[in-house]
Amino acid sequence: MIQYDKISSRDAFGNALLRIAEENPLLVGIGADTTKSMGMQKLSEKYPERVINIGIAEQNMTAVAAGMAATGFQVYAASYAPFSTLRAAEQVRTFIAYPNLDVKIVGGLGGLSGNIEGVTHQGLEDVAVMRSIPNMTVVIPADAASTEVITEEIARIRGPVYLRLGRGAVEKVFDAGYRFQIGKANVLKADGSDAAIICNGAVVARALRAAQLLDANGVKARVIEMPCVKPIDADAVVESAAATGAVITVEEHNIIGGLGSAVAEVLGGRRPSPLLRIGIEDIFTESAPHNDLLDRYGFRPEDMAARIGQFLSSFNSKNEEEA
Amino acid sequence: MIMKSSVAELREAARLIRRDIIDIAYLAEGPSHPGPALSIADILAALYFRVMDADPRNPGWAERDRLVLSKGHACPAVYAALAGRGYFDRAWLTTVRRLGSRLQGHPDMNKTPGIDITSGSLGNGLSLGLGIALALRLLRKNCGVFVILGDGELQEGMIWEAVMAASAQKADNLTAIVDYNHFQSCGGTDEIVPLEPMRAKWESFNWNVFEINGHDMEEIVSRLEMAKRFTGRPTVIIAHTVKGKGVSFMEADNSWHQRIPSKEQYDTAMRELAGGSE
Repeated sequence: MIQYDKISSRDAFGNALLRIAEENPLLVGIGADTTKSMGMQKLSEKYPERVINIGIAEQNMTAVAAGMAATGFQVYAASYAPFSTLRAAEQVRTFIAYPNLDVKIVGGLGGLSGNIEGVTHQGLEDVAVMRSIPNMTVVIPADAASTEVITEEIARIRGPVYLRLGRGAVEKVFDAGYRFQIGKANVLKADGSDAAIICNGAVVARALRAAQLLDANGVKARVIEMPCVKPIDADAVVESAAATGAVITVEEHNIIGGLGSAVAEVLGGRRPSPLLRIGIEDIFTESAPHNDLLDRYGFRPEDMAARIGQFLSSFNSKNEEEA
Repeated sequence: MIMKSSVAELREAARLIRRDIIDIAYLAEGPSHPGPALSIADILAALYFRVMDADPRNPGWAERDRLVLSKGHACPAVYAALAGRGYFDRAWLTTVRRLGSRLQGHPDMNKTPGIDITSGSLGNGLSLGLGIALALRLLRKNCGVFVILGDGELQEGMIWEAVMAASAQKADNLTAIVDYNHFQSCGGTDEIVPLEPMRAKWESFNWNVFEINGHDMEEIVSRLEMAKRFTGRPTVIIAHTVKGKGVSFMEADNSWHQRIPSKEQYDTAMRELAGGSE
């Protein structure tokens, strides 16, 4: 029985933001005509002068955020993932990350959740770009409850963070008891010595179901949520590779540059292991409802389970041949 | 209370800034950008030595006025002004752009005392300044923000995003200064992408507009002080300037956009900038 969140991650972010703002008078939100759509409505109603709609101009929004942060504020600059991270990439890099200013870049419509708007509004390269910028922390919550917890946690660090959110309500994975620490993985299913599935974002629920399907077929896979892609929990990656001998990453992102790449970098350096990266296969997708896109582009639990099974048997048989 | 320099003292401060710019251009062997730096020397002298409230002993003073050098490649001029005001040791000046220097190729707020914000790739400074201005207003601080724009960088679309947003926000604590010297890296702005009608552009975006001779110290000071007090709208000062101003062979010669002078050229420039006493 699939259970969905009652609210979107954007609204969950907004709820947490209001609570943080009540504690911190030096918190402001800024949007590029996105203050409503990025969940800042409640903050704006309570503290009208602390939410700025700067107009449809993401580069300006981002540099204005830098200016405010340089003057003492913690700034939440919220727009949509492709605009926040691609259109305004230089402003994020040079004026926020380089001087290490306390701006949280909040990108909605991350992954395929830009859904019916099509490729223009889907954020499938955002993590790659943000991850390559020094000083930047990159975080991808899985659902509404974890988004609230993560929003409160990233507020505690003074410095740039990219918080990647979705659009609509997604499958519920966590409750309010969710725990988050920068740079730490979250083990969701600890048993499993055949494979380790490392995942994040709205596809965590689907990865868990894929693991159940594998389980039914006698393949025991552990599941690890990696909400923080940078800094990544390298020890957790190495440990899961050591315990299982095979790693699978699942992410709503181009397979180039995101979680799969981050895991590959860790494994390549510390424990070379077979790795299957499930994600968008370096292509442009199309318009459709979010779940239809997830099904079509490789995230059906059945399809993932089948791919993982094939992957495991392919190198297991190869190992046998070599032996 | 900080002593306010007289116009004669400001002219002298500008001369010393120019000498430092030439020193940086020759001795630091960057190569740096002497032409664009000389262009704003008078404006910077007026700002740092008179108009802006700032405390070199306390660069992070919350009540200070702020400066954003949007045309960041002209930073030797700002470094000269900061050293002149005592923000750091003058010996730093000839390290500009060298390995390990605290004086970067473009302004860095974390490395250089007195730099209010990291800036410099073109087109970004007005937005940065607007952010500072909005933040200061939220903090109920009566401080001014001055943004020095190159004319060529007005070709960047983001400038006009900020121009629109600043007037929408009625950011009257924000003053933009356009260094209108009619040159950009590859040649004349009038040939590449003309900026005229300059005044009408800003007026149509609902800014308060002053036009000045950017090398006439009395006019510079008078309009900067008026801009600082102006309420209701942001102000732009269109400063008509000469690229390379103050060194005869650099004036309006765009080859000095970024170039290291020869020993002979250096000596000539320093003779021209020697001042009355020598």
